[in-house]
Amino acid sequence: MLDVQGLTVKFPSRHGDFTAIEDVSIRVAPGEIHGLVGESGAGKSTIGAAIIGLLQPPGYVAAGTMTLGDTDLRKLTPDQAHEMRGDRISMIFQDPQTSLNPLMTIEDQLIETIQAHFDVSTSKARKRAVDLLEEIGIKDAASRIGAYPHQFSGGMRQRVVIALALCTDPELIIADEPTTALDVAVQSQVLDLIRRLADTRGIGFILITHDIGVIAQITDNVTVLRGGRVMETGPTAQVLGAPDHPYTRALMAAVPRLDRKLDRFLVPADDAPVVPDARGVDAEAWLLDGVQEGGLGLQVRDLTVRFAGTRTSLFRKPEPYVALDDVSLHVRPGSVMGLVGESGSGKSTLAKAISGLISPASGTMQLGDTDLPYGKARGRAHPSRRLIQMVFQDPYSSLNARHRIGDILAEPLALYGLETDKARRRALAIGMLELVEMDPGVIDRYPHQFSGGQRQRIAVARALLARPRFLICDEPTSALDVSIQAQVLNLLKDLQAKFNLTILFISHNLAVVRQMADDVAVLQSGRLVETKTSEPFFQAPDAEYSQTLLSLTPAMPY
Amino acid sequence: MVYFILKRLLQSVFVMLAVALLAFSLFRFVGDPVSQMTGVETSVEDRERLREELGLNDPFIAQFARFTGDMLQGDFGFSYRTRQPVAEMIADRIPATLELGTVALIISLIVGIPAGVYTALRPRGFITQTILMTTLVGVSIPTFVIGIMLIFLFGVQLGWLPTFGRGGTVEIGGWTSSLFTIDGWRALILPALTLGVYQLTLTMRLVRAEMMEVLRSDYIRFATARGIPYRRLHFRHALANTMIPVITIIGLQFGGVIAFSIVTESVFQWPGMGLLFLESIRFVDIPVMGVYLVVIAFFFVLVNLLVDMLYIAIDPRLRVKEAA
Amino acid sequence: MLARFWDSDAVWAFRHSPAAIVAFIVAVLILGGALFAPWLAQSNPYDLTTFSLIDGLLPPVWEEGSDRRFLLGTDDQGRDMVSAILFGARLSLLIGLMAMLIATVLGVGLGLAAGYYGGRFDAIVMRIADVQLALPAILTALLIDGIARGLLPPSSHENLRIVVLTLAIALSLWVNFARTARASTFVERNKEYVQAAMIMGQHPLRVMFWHILPNILGPLLVIMTVDLASAILLEATLSFLGIGLPADSPSLGTLIRIGMQFLLSGEWWILWVPTLFLVALVVSINILGDFLRDVFNPRLR
Repeated sequence: MLDVQGLTVKFPSRHGDFTAIEDVSIRVAPGEIHGLVGESGAGKSTIGAAIIGLLQPPGYVAAGTMTLGDTDLRKLTPDQAHEMRGDRISMIFQDPQTSLNPLMTIEDQLIETIQAHFDVSTSKARKRAVDLLEEIGIKDAASRIGAYPHQFSGGMRQRVVIALALCTDPELIIADEPTTALDVAVQSQVLDLIRRLADTRGIGFILITHDIGVIAQITDNVTVLRGGRVMETGPTAQVLGAPDHPYTRALMAAVPRLDRKLDRFLVPADDAPVVPDARGVDAEAWLLDGVQEGGLGLQVRDLTVRFAGTRTSLFRKPEPYVALDDVSLHVRPGSVMGLVGESGSGKSTLAKAISGLISPASGTMQLGDTDLPYGKARGRAHPSRRLIQMVFQDPYSSLNARHRIGDILAEPLALYGLETDKARRRALAIGMLELVEMDPGVIDRYPHQFSGGQRQRIAVARALLARPRFLICDEPTSALDVSIQAQVLNLLKDLQAKFNLTILFISHNLAVVRQMADDVAVLQSGRLVETKTSEPFFQAPDAEYSQTLLSLTPAMPY
Repeated sequence: MVYFILKRLLQSVFVMLAVALLAFSLFRFVGDPVSQMTGVETSVEDRERLREELGLNDPFIAQFARFTGDMLQGDFGFSYRTRQPVAEMIADRIPATLELGTVALIISLIVGIPAGVYTALRPRGFITQTILMTTLVGVSIPTFVIGIMLIFLFGVQLGWLPTFGRGGTVEIGGWTSSLFTIDGWRALILPALTLGVYQLTLTMRLVRAEMMEVLRSDYIRFATARGIPYRRLHFRHALANTMIPVITIIGLQFGGVIAFSIVTESVFQWPGMGLLFLESIRFVDIPVMGVYLVVIAFFFVLVNLLVDMLYIAIDPRLRVKEAA
Repeated sequence: MLARFWDSDAVWAFRHSPAAIVAFIVAVLILGGALFAPWLAQSNPYDLTTFSLIDGLLPPVWEEGSDRRFLLGTDDQGRDMVSAILFGARLSLLIGLMAMLIATVLGVGLGLAAGYYGGRFDAIVMRIADVQLALPAILTALLIDGIARGLLPPSSHENLRIVVLTLAIALSLWVNFARTARASTFVERNKEYVQAAMIMGQHPLRVMFWHILPNILGPLLVIMTVDLASAILLEATLSFLGIGLPADSPSLGTLIRIGMQFLLSGEWWILWVPTLFLVALVVSINILGDFLRDVFNPRLR
């Protein structure tokens, strides 16, 4: 059906043409789900945009052929191409929150799409729209169709998006990270829906994703991309089960497994770690100096956090929103506690309460034997300010873009009065860079000159230079590619062991938590559902919710 | 929704109170009201009596409350200069300024919005670049220079249009309007253009910026990928979403229109509130200055409340509750 | 270092934007002319002894009956127009720059703090801004001038005119800065680098000025440029309305007001020379502002 041969896409820039896609060939048959997988910069989305004719200017197709059935997609005039969009090829975007026009009802958006391609009356179009919504699992569609997008939950919205892509019976749907913004439960429903539509309606899908678990779960064939080139392509079972290409093998080795714990990830040899020289050894000794006396545990008792709700009346007080409800947790000294839960479960709220960014309503927190005062009541000089450090999710915003790496790293040393000598601070910062396996020559650069993984290493280095005893890692790798994630997880494991750190490791990804944690705690809508030692938890969780969560996470059968 | 309206009402009341306080402080502390009202020959006892009569010895809060109360009943006091009631003086001038401001605003909207849409849809075209450059020069020329240029061209060189005054006016129920005679319109064109040009450039640039932002949004990309006809895509999807921020700012700009009418009125000797205000500044006629402030703020607040209502009509997120 | 600067995206964009280059040159020339006016100008328009009524109303050199000493002619007092606009631009720029800087400091300070602390402080600042918005720039400036007239005795009012004018313009512009700084601070405040600084227990002032401020400079720089243009226009407008600077220390606006008297009598240069000069100055500043906006928000191009 769809046949792409030798596709090359270029983006002109002031430094000459940048080749985003080079010589990519893909075939998709009716009813086939074809996965495009690769890390950031692999050009996955660009391929989708080129096929549907919506490349971001100034990008252009430089070479290759694209045919859909008998139609040569490259020979279409702009008007013909626009008519074909929706009619024969459609698309699903990543974020259902922003994919729908907020000012129009679902009904209007569906009807206008149908009428854009079929000459049917409005009442017929509406009937068709209602039937379609019923089919993809929106109950009571006849009455809900008049609602606006903001009246649907995230998962329902993604169904509406799928209905919009589907309502004109296209032959091919390009789904660009369709489940990345969704929680696992909703993700598995949406993936089931896509599989069902491919099977029953014979629609061909191109599924673009960075998540190999998703690929393994529903695709028939898969193309592995890197730097705009095809590394390997073939039936999913074959490519993932017995990878031919070294890159695919490395990728598979870096994927965290839900079914077993690895001591370390195998990382490709070309990313060989920097061997610390005297400065690195010095920094290591300095850090060890501060952390000799073993780990510090964290004891949280009956912690409740409420947020002011949105005010809807002048006279009534807004209903508070309970973000954490009576949560008690013990993180053993020198251990890693994995904290899991879906979005909105209160994971990050707990991190913020412990770090003093927000004030709980009640409950106590203790680091070792020291009480942690609430939020603003915790003075700037409180010892926990130094002892508790945090590594954040987004490496692109966790470092101040206007400060040099050297200044960022030296900041905790000066702030906590750990080193008064400026030259000594710089030397420690350089040594620390070596400890996180980076080239110390980069000390005078700015954050934007680094990749996400490198920035995350710098963020870890900054946290360690405070000589902390307790580290909160809030989704530290969820913004990173799998191969980079593997390296950063390895690094965290090594540093944790070396400096006997206590870590609260927050993640939505159970497979990652299994690799990292000694104990696991599960949060659901602000309540602690279960706490258990890691290995028994993954073999047989107690709480029903934990069992569901585990069963819905895409498992890797290869 | 009710809460949203109530909140806005409350904010409006606050703004009005603050402006009233400002006007009152002006009246009370800038110059001495008593010496303004009396002549040199008035005795000290008489002055003291007047002071007592006016309640100027009462506590500040009481005085302010009385001031506000009087205003609410339409009693705005007397001008130092003409000894007339300020309410009458202002009321006489309101129609001229409102007609000028409204016509100018309409000019700026009916030219500014289409021009903004056009330049957003064709960001690289020659016409767009020309329009952008022209508007850049437009915002850089002071209003009074535009007025002078128009007077010079149409009034002096070509002699087509009058250069000052309101021309023929018709009185309808106490409202003197220049909108019902050809002569009145002829007099209105130049001042309205002068006032409109500056607003027009702002409106156009704003619409363009917001529309380009909207055109990049995910829902426009998704609608494009569904093959929604471009006309519908641009004018139904994009324009509606563009108008939400735009009407807010246009509401804020209305204050600017009224304020800049001071300049226009001065250039064209247009007998509106602005001219009155300028005169009152020259003669330090504090009561007129204060009342003018309150009236301007009132129009501003009123227009912005109307904008809020419009908001509710356009944006369903304010009308319909979110589902749980 | 210099090569890296030359090759940076902003400079590259500048080198490829003819409008920005021309605007930059014009702005620099006018700024230079204004700065060195006392040395460049052949006569001092403030000093009655340097010009004479005999030279009054001479046209520019390319017109008939002109005098080669006066490139752009003279006004009715016999003042050289070139000297007058150089000194006028000096005053206009001085007031504009000072007003813009005062507004920046005031607005950015309040906006940063409002965005950082939020809550009640933020509400108060924003309500004050609301009130300020209800009284647009020109009104505020007129009002302050009016108050100054009422409070100060006439003699000292004349002396303090520049100060009053500058403050009046500054007060009418601060809201722009406050709103922009506040909005950007809200965004930055929730970014992780700021949270990291807060968790570490850094002083709020350090977080605001050392961490947040450098990251919100881009949009502020654009507003500084645009508001410099506004301030110059506002000063010209106020002087034109006759409540700005008096005729014996003429700014560009005052010169235009004087020129207005000759609109109908044929001595066009007395009006149009300072007008064109003012427009050229403001247009070039606005072009630079537009250019900066494109650089900091490239998506709008």
